[in-house]
Amino acid sequence: MGETFLKLLEGLPLTLKLTFSSVTLGLVVAMALATMRMSGMPALDWFARAYVFVFRGTPLLVQIFLIYYGLGQFRPALQALNLWGFFREPYWCALLALTLNTAAYVSEIIRGGLQSVPRGQIEAARACGMSPFLLYRRIIIPIAVRQALPGYGNEIILMVKATSLASIITMMEVTGIAHKLISQTFRAIEIFICAGAIYLILNFVVTRAIQALEHRLSPHLRDAPVPVQRLDPAISSGVDR
Amino acid sequence: MSTLSLMSLGSDGWGLAMLVAAGVTLSVASCGFLLGSVIGGLVAWVKLSGGAVARAAADAYTTILRGIPDLLIIYLFYFGGSALLSSIAGLLGPGGFVGVSGFAAGATAIGIISGAYQSEVFRGAYTALNRGEIEAAKSVGMHRALMFRRIIAPQVLRYAIPGLGNVWQLALKESALVSVTGLVELLRQSAIGAGSTREPFSFYLAAAVLYLAITTVSSWGFRRAESYAMRGVRRT
Repeated sequence: MGETFLKLLEGLPLTLKLTFSSVTLGLVVAMALATMRMSGMPALDWFARAYVFVFRGTPLLVQIFLIYYGLGQFRPALQALNLWGFFREPYWCALLALTLNTAAYVSEIIRGGLQSVPRGQIEAARACGMSPFLLYRRIIIPIAVRQALPGYGNEIILMVKATSLASIITMMEVTGIAHKLISQTFRAIEIFICAGAIYLILNFVVTRAIQALEHRLSPHLRDAPVPVQRLDPAISSGVDR
Repeated sequence: MSTLSLMSLGSDGWGLAMLVAAGVTLSVASCGFLLGSVIGGLVAWVKLSGGAVARAAADAYTTILRGIPDLLIIYLFYFGGSALLSSIAGLLGPGGFVGVSGFAAGATAIGIISGAYQSEVFRGAYTALNRGEIEAAKSVGMHRALMFRRIIAPQVLRYAIPGLGNVWQLALKESALVSVTGLVELLRQSAIGAGSTREPFSFYLAAAVLYLAITTVSSWGFRRAESYAMRGVRRT
């Protein structure tokens, strides 16, 4: 079992790399989508709506296949554009699909966060004469981030799990190695326990990190620290402990 | 050949095969979802009124199942199930390899996963119930089964509809992963078509459109069901 575990751990760097890159790039795309959605310009708004509708309404695996296998149909055109080198590699295709997919979900999380900022606070900031930039930096972004954080944490966990789909297009991350080991040894349960433990630990770390960040960002929701009081000597001496 | 003529319903098109495969997708997702409802209901009941040990077990079940990739769970049921059946067959008779059908393994895996999500949905819906109504039911002398049937179940279902809608969408998307077992559902059928016509983009695009149609219609259905169930509730 220890040997299995070590073999599976060899896939961990790839799992982490895929998760980290897709979450980071996805956040950038999501911010662009959320900006489009809230821009008030119909063309941009509808593009973002359609994007979110399509990417949330279809399974991620279909998106991966569409990019990895599907674009092969346009190979001559892609070769002419010098893009074939990119779409030929399963790693880049998986990363692209994961990024585009998470961007759709995260853009809705960002939008929800921004919309949760109370109007009154924005108006108050304007009344104080804050410039739009300062308004965003001091008022809107801190409140929106705090609101969006729990949902965003869930999305990161979903992405950790989603990287397992890259194994279907031959990427040897943790699930890919697990599948290879299962078909070689048929010890499905043992391998499942080891691989499952890796993902659980990973997700536990993510959950804790998000919780710590949430705690840091919401000092106003915590109880004020209780000032240390000097105990009455008469009472404290009466207590045995 | 254009995508449209490729997907025609006639004898030379793939349309009919794709629609049949979409039916398989729907059935494996529905079987899994229904199994998940049974599991989710039982687990929610344990979480709400079980002993400390049973509650801890129920919490562990939801935490573990929500933290492990669905694909890994499908592999467990498909390969693990075959290994288990083969060893049982070995005990009973000549033995040899006994495989689990992709449909059974897939539906069970989806059921176990969506059960974890549904237990949370049901638990949340139960806590949204008005305590007073349960006390009132007790005070008019309803026994537990009657109270469950007349007071608890209808209202829990009402509050659970939006959450169940989300879990159904998840089950539907998980069903695409069942294609790894070789079950010819929508995605697998597209791969077959893509392989024999060498037009993968057309086939996966058609699959995406069919998935989109299914998710759109079902989210519309859940919205209708919600507004029907909430017709007697005052909105604030």
